[in-house]
Amino acid sequence: MLSIKNLQVKLEDEDKQILKGVDLEIEAGKVHAIMGPNGSGKSTLSYVLSGKDGYEVTGGTASLGDQDLLDLEPEERAAAGLFLAFQYPVEIPGVGNMTFLRTAVNAQRKARGQDEMSAAEFLKVVRARAKDLKIDAEMLKRPVNVGFSGGEKKRNEILQMAMLEPKMCILDETDSGLDVDAMKLVAEGVNALRSEGRGFLVITHYQRLLDHIKPDVVHIMADGRIIKSGGPELALEVENNGYADILAEVA
Amino acid sequence: MTQPAVSVNATEERLAGLDMPAGGWSKPARHDALARVRAMGLPQRRDEYWKYTRPDTLVAATAPKAAVFDPRETPVFDGIDRLKIVFQDGVFDAAASDDLRESGVTIERLSEAQADIHWAADLYGRLETRGQTPVARPLAALNTAFASDGVLIRVSGACARPINLQYHHGAEHSDAMLHHVIKLEQGAALTLLENGPAAARFNKVMEVDVADGASFHHVRAQGRDHERRAVTHIFARLGAQSVFKSFTLTANGVLTRNECVIELTGDDAVAHVAGACVGDGDFHHDDTVFVTHDAVGCESRQVFKKVLRNGATGVFQGKILVKKDAQKTDGYQISQSLLLDGDSQFLAKPELEIYADDVACSHGSTSGAIDEDALFYLRSRGVPHGDATNLLTLAFLAEAVDEIENQALRDEILGRLSGWLERHSG
Ligand SMILES: Nc1ncnc2c1ncn2[C@@H]1O[C@H](COP(=O)(O)OP(=O)(O)O)[C@@H](O)[C@H]1O
Ligand SMILES: [Mg+2]
Repeated sequence: MLSIKNLQVKLEDEDKQILKGVDLEIEAGKVHAIMGPNGSGKSTLSYVLSGKDGYEVTGGTASLGDQDLLDLEPEERAAAGLFLAFQYPVEIPGVGNMTFLRTAVNAQRKARGQDEMSAAEFLKVVRARAKDLKIDAEMLKRPVNVGFSGGEKKRNEILQMAMLEPKMCILDETDSGLDVDAMKLVAEGVNALRSEGRGFLVITHYQRLLDHIKPDVVHIMADGRIIKSGGPELALEVENNGYADILAEVA
Repeated sequence: MTQPAVSVNATEERLAGLDMPAGGWSKPARHDALARVRAMGLPQRRDEYWKYTRPDTLVAATAPKAAVFDPRETPVFDGIDRLKIVFQDGVFDAAASDDLRESGVTIERLSEAQADIHWAADLYGRLETRGQTPVARPLAALNTAFASDGVLIRVSGACARPINLQYHHGAEHSDAMLHHVIKLEQGAALTLLENGPAAARFNKVMEVDVADGASFHHVRAQGRDHERRAVTHIFARLGAQSVFKSFTLTANGVLTRNECVIELTGDDAVAHVAGACVGDGDFHHDDTVFVTHDAVGCESRQVFKKVLRNGATGVFQGKILVKKDAQKTDGYQISQSLLLDGDSQFLAKPELEIYADDVACSHGSTSGAIDEDALFYLRSRGVPHGDATNLLTLAFLAEAVDEIENQALRDEILGRLSGWLERHSG
């Protein structure tokens, strides 16, 4: 489903290569995890896939299904079924969370040639999904992410994911800043969305999230490359021994 | 005060083209105003108060031409139950207007109220005169002297419906001068709506006297004609525990200068002035506000937001003056611009002058572009670039629009703003 081949990326304004040839194949229905030290390029990978400015692709390809992602505008990638749960969700003063969700859902439906969701239907669906994530009416009314705690912001990301029902979900450190209960809630939200047609890429520092969202494949990223891939046991190895052994092994 | 020769010439040239209406009771006020104009001279480019806005075309003997624009939309406020008073190129249009009889309020045409004794004589030109110190506003005095029409509204109770002054523009060279006097008696309440471009060149003065405990709500939408020019003045005096709230939407117009001069003279009065303007290309918009606190425990707010693109210019000159005995003053002022490209500019001169010691006053002015992170966040959720920009732009304008208390009026204004943004996006 998501197919990344030898992806090379540098910063647009600086002569700094960040991704140095990333290869990754994520099949529908599977959960892949990427772990790796700070600064190895995990967030950059997620941003480049979703189309953020400031990066220059110097080589390689990335496609979702039969669509070349790198050719598309960010909104077209979203309509194609890509979703990124941000490591740092953005605050948007003046735009109500509900308005935001509804605008996004209807924009994607429109792009896919579907009818807009009626206000009543939307309200019904959003209330049900929000309830599962313990997001109250107050949070839905407030401006997007403004004054939200770290945990609320992350739950709000999962709510957006649940409403947009993407094909390919990328979660960038969705566990960071969460206490155990909040993490369980988020993991439940993600697990509820797991399905045969949907792929996941879970970026995390810690094994603990992977106790709740069980990955099929674990990759280790370092210095802009995936240096090792394996089963869930790889995450346990990192948890117990850190990255030093793996780095030494491939060096 | 002696005027330099150029100013005298420009002023006399302008005066030569004007006829003073006969005007019964208003005659002395008109003559006094003419004397004030001669003493002050009409504004010129090097006047400090006109540093950011060129007065030339507002002062010139003849009005520059302005094409009549068909906005292809139902007039703003059409969906609101109100009493409509129509002016066509500055002339009252009885056929298009509603019956002026309404309970709790008397409404008369300035040009028809000719008796020698009239309640408006105590106000006409009086509030304008007070507003001439400490800063001269010669175009307002010019209006007092020569205004050919306008309405005199006296509210004794609560006016059941809003009064809507509609200004139609139909002639390419029309040059209109209207002067309104509004008197709210103790405890009275009025909502005044104004809309329309009025003329190729429009000079309007509105004097509002808000007695103790009265409340005045004002929402105005200046017409969308691209080439129109306007200079408007509001002079308001507020009694104790009175409320004055004014909001202006400006979309298009080659040149607009809106001055608002408010004097809080009774304790615990509240004055809010707000504006949202959107300009694309040949657009110059100037909000000049002067709020004087001269009583205890009053609150004033100035909230002005400007969205500018393709070389549009926004100006804000806002002052809060707190006199020595105006303790417990709560003054707030914010002026912000959103520059949608690098060609546009915002010039701001916020000022505080405080002589009382127990006051809380704050002011701020910012100028910035669309928040790129917010824009990307929206786009990553599937909202197209143009729609995302418009959503963020409306969010930017929200603080000013939220100053409109009535929800139906607020929605009406928001609808106009979204429409404008949709037409001008991309
Ligand atoms: N916009 C940027 N400007 C400057 N440096 C950046 C930018 N984005 C990423 N980097 C640099 O690229 C490297 C990878 O960062 P990032 O992708 O955030 O890593 P990770 O998510 O794995 O911690 C880091 O050295 C970071 O400082
Ligand atoms: Mg990161």
